Amino acid sequence: MTARHPLCRLLGLIGLCLTLGLAGTANAKVKITLDDPVIEPLPYAVPDFIGENAGSSQMAHDIARVVADDLTGTGLFREIPASAYISQVSSFDAKIAYSDWQAINAQALITGAVQVAGDKVVVKFRLFDVAAGQPLGDGLQFAGSAKAWRRMAHKVADAAYSRITGEGGYFDSRVVFVSESGPKDARQKRLAVMDYDGANVQYLTDSKSIVLAPRFSPSGDRIIFTSYASGTPRVYVMNTANLSTKVLDEQPGSMTFAPRFAPDGHTVVFSLDKDGNSDLYTLNVDTGALKQLTDSPSIETAPSFSPDGSQIVFESDRSGVQQIYIMPASGGEATRLSSGKGKYATPVWSPRGDLIAFTKIADGRFYIGVIRPDGTEERLLTASFHDEGPTWAPNGRVIMFTRESEGAAGTASLYSVDVSGRNLHQVNTPGSASDPFWSSLLP
Amino acid sequence: MSVRFAIPIKAVLIVSALALGACRNPDRYAGAGGDMGANGANGANGAGGAGGIATSNLGDPSNPASVAYFNQAIGDRVHFVVDDWTLTDEARGILKAQATWLNAHASYGIIIEGYADEQGTQAYNLGLSQKRAASVKNFLISQGVAGARMQAIGYGKERPVALCSDESCYSQNRRAVTVLSIGAGT
Repeated sequence: MTARHPLCRLLGLIGLCLTLGLAGTANAKVKITLDDPVIEPLPYAVPDFIGENAGSSQMAHDIARVVADDLTGTGLFREIPASAYISQVSSFDAKIAYSDWQAINAQALITGAVQVAGDKVVVKFRLFDVAAGQPLGDGLQFAGSAKAWRRMAHKVADAAYSRITGEGGYFDSRVVFVSESGPKDARQKRLAVMDYDGANVQYLTDSKSIVLAPRFSPSGDRIIFTSYASGTPRVYVMNTANLSTKVLDEQPGSMTFAPRFAPDGHTVVFSLDKDGNSDLYTLNVDTGALKQLTDSPSIETAPSFSPDGSQIVFESDRSGVQQIYIMPASGGEATRLSSGKGKYATPVWSPRGDLIAFTKIADGRFYIGVIRPDGTEERLLTASFHDEGPTWAPNGRVIMFTRESEGAAGTASLYSVDVSGRNLHQVNTPGSASDPFWSSLLP
Repeated sequence: MSVRFAIPIKAVLIVSALALGACRNPDRYAGAGGDMGANGANGANGAGGAGGIATSNLGDPSNPASVAYFNQAIGDRVHFVVDDWTLTDEARGILKAQATWLNAHASYGIIIEGYADEQGTQAYNLGLSQKRAASVKNFLISQGVAGARMQAIGYGKERPVALCSDESCYSQNRRAVTVLSIGAGT
């Protein structure tokens, strides 16, 4: 019964991870297809997890609530309140009374149990396809330190989301961003990281220098960003384990900005400005080898690699107005991607490879949109006084971005929207925030 | 441009405080000790957002050798049209007067700060503002100001001087400002 799941080796941080029985999904009836034009939120129940030993009941409750917040927050699921339950789940291994859950129209049921032993927490969960009257996938167990309890809850929600949608999850992830305070003409900016839902905020720098546009490395071990710490804007790399920071590359008399890692984690692409002319460069952070990719008197910036690392999408005003181009990752001839009316900026390739998100400016309004890498099927997802800087959830289904409000008292907030344009909502942050970058799914 | 207000003449030693601050970091918005040391790691020390306050005297604007005269009577800034970094005829006039003054006062170091309005995206505005600062720097070089005295810094859409969200403010924010620092010149 307790055979080690092959995926468990990937769950390094969590450690112990066991399968708890086997169940087929061949007859599954509970299913959400994200590409459907209309999605009716799927009703589900997640009773408080079972506290299996003394002192675990509060955490068992809290974990179930985070699971519910994750799933309901997608707009794809609708939680059935506990007051409607006919039967209670009395123990993790008790037989499921499917008819009782069918009667309240629950299509999915999540049950779980929690054990707390000192600083260690073990979380077990199962997902049931209520209509089919059977489990949906194997039970899973996560073990980790008590302070990682929210991460374990996110892993439960990721597993449920993934089994029901057939897509990868994104809840167990972090967002690095710029925390903002102070008036518009003297804005204080600090780097910060948080869970994708705004919990566990941690500040990485003080506010002595302007900092801009932080981005994680693919494995999350480093953050690359622009800072005015030396007086001139330059790209810095921070080690996320000990927060030690060093300048990426010292080019006398030049500024560097808009950095982003390649999928290999060894190459960084960024803009380097010499005497008022910005071009794109890559730097191998291991060898220090610098390579110039563009050579144009126009402004070339905001580069982003394709997920396979073979191409770079970027913006340039070489045509006279900001537009999006794609070129080989080694440089060379660029193909213009955007063709609509207005300016196109900040292109970011989806981790799935199927779409490129961008900022569009037209008629004094700002939009977040997506377009296929072949330039077709442009769709605008948002519109406001100022939306900017999309970043992709690890599963390529959700986009986070900065929205700034208008006027002298205007401030920046983080917003999230599905790639379908659904479920636009503000992301919870402790204060004003901008420049989000979404990490990969955590191990 | 007329003198709008008078600043009492204070001792020269206060000006030396300006020189100290300017030599350390050309970013005049940086807090005291504006670097990313250990203080940045835990983030606690910057929580109040209040660094040390450097006091300096800008001098008497009626004195043609003063920084105040340069800033106010000559004009320390030029403005740009949307998404452009070319110098207007008005800007060239101001910069010629700046160059004459700078050539006569060679002890000043010069930071040229370029800025953009909030209507654009961040990375583009960094590039645009750097082009504006470089336009000013290159024009001043053409007027005989030594390039080694000057440093151009683009601030993008950070640090607007006018806060509203319409053209009356945007036109003030699309600027390049010539900032003087004593002791950093040739």
